Amino acid sequence: MAFLDIKNISIKGVAACVPKVVEYNKDIYAKWGDYGQFFSTTGIEQKRRASEDICSSDLSIAAAEKLIAELHWNKSEIDAIVFVTQTPDYILPATSTIIQEKLGLGEHCYTLDISLGCSGWVYGLSVIAALLQNGTMRKGLLLTGDTILKICSIDDKSTYPLFGDAGTVTAIEYDGDETGMKFCLGSDGSGYKSIIIRDGGYRTPMSENSLIQEIQGDGIVRNRLCLELDGMSVFSFGISQAPKVVSQLVEQFSLDKESIDYYTFHQANLFMNEKIRKKLKLHSDKVLYSLKDFGNTSCSSIPLTLVTQISCGLKSKLLKHVGCGFGVGLSWGAVYFETDSIVCPDLIEI
Amino acid sequence: MEVKDFIENFASQFDETAADLFEAKTIFKELDEWSSLTALSIIAMVDEEYDVRIKGDDIRSSLTIEDLYNLVKKNK
Repeated sequence: MAFLDIKNISIKGVAACVPKVVEYNKDIYAKWGDYGQFFSTTGIEQKRRASEDICSSDLSIAAAEKLIAELHWNKSEIDAIVFVTQTPDYILPATSTIIQEKLGLGEHCYTLDISLGCSGWVYGLSVIAALLQNGTMRKGLLLTGDTILKICSIDDKSTYPLFGDAGTVTAIEYDGDETGMKFCLGSDGSGYKSIIIRDGGYRTPMSENSLIQEIQGDGIVRNRLCLELDGMSVFSFGISQAPKVVSQLVEQFSLDKESIDYYTFHQANLFMNEKIRKKLKLHSDKVLYSLKDFGNTSCSSIPLTLVTQISCGLKSKLLKHVGCGFGVGLSWGAVYFETDSIVCPDLIEI
Repeated sequence: MEVKDFIENFASQFDETAADLFEAKTIFKELDEWSSLTALSIIAMVDEEYDVRIKGDDIRSSLTIEDLYNLVKKNK
């Protein structure tokens, strides 16, 4: 397991942006039948959908503009941006360079894209924290964003009702804080087919066959450019690996589990997340959810949950957090961090 | 690990199916109550009771409860 103990940095602010358009699963699920069971299992009532002209980066940039303004950061002081996405603007160039220009950041800025999904915020945090820990770069932004609904077939009940679109930004600064952040990260590529888009990369380039709509099962029709999710395998992975990585983090860094104020897990679905919570014997008051209103927003799910569920606490006091992401890759990670009266603008809608 | 206990644990994931329908040779996907949710419950039961991580393909390739039992036993 990859452990990291990164000092001298801390989170100064977090913001999230979602598209204005709300989609209700009771409407989407009507063609498949039992919405009641779907809702009681997944906990997802509604989600946001980006229109054709909104990319992941647009959501993240809107969040970043607001956060930079409320932090009163001078844009010329921002030394690094890391953008986590699996729905970039283009195959190339990397989206982070486009974001650098759109945000009006200087040419001195370090930019990097990371292709990860549900573990992406934790991985991205480890990267930007490591970049800033020496103080040669002092201010950085971790942006996350995905417009997953654009790659889900609307006729696939195993994906479309679960996901939602969102973008976030987390501001990190070198400040000599001894607490820093502690990480435990891992990967298992043997499960790479569990969450996959089959065609359109360079292993299987797009062809005419990529566009053929195929019936994959009851209520599952998609083509090979759409997201495919092996729900059973992902569930099995999640309930086994997420509790494990949190326990490893707690053990490695001798954390006092009881003293943690909030555990924020990637928002997969209620059934899976509750199994994880119960396995770790965590009280429900300490475990945050935003599933009902936003569904699974991939790499944005942890910061989106923080912004929408505990913004008052984030803005006003010292809080101890554990975050845990797990998913596509397969990839997973857990992080311990603290926030102390950080900047947290209200949820932004575009 | 006993097949009898496994069948009991398997059966306890179902609410409406009569207990006597669960036998080693039961073709579980033919049970009326079988659904994607019961599949997840079986995966969770195997994780909790036997600390074994079974995959979607394991469920898909198993015909009877005994098939799944053998698979879990092999991975234990």
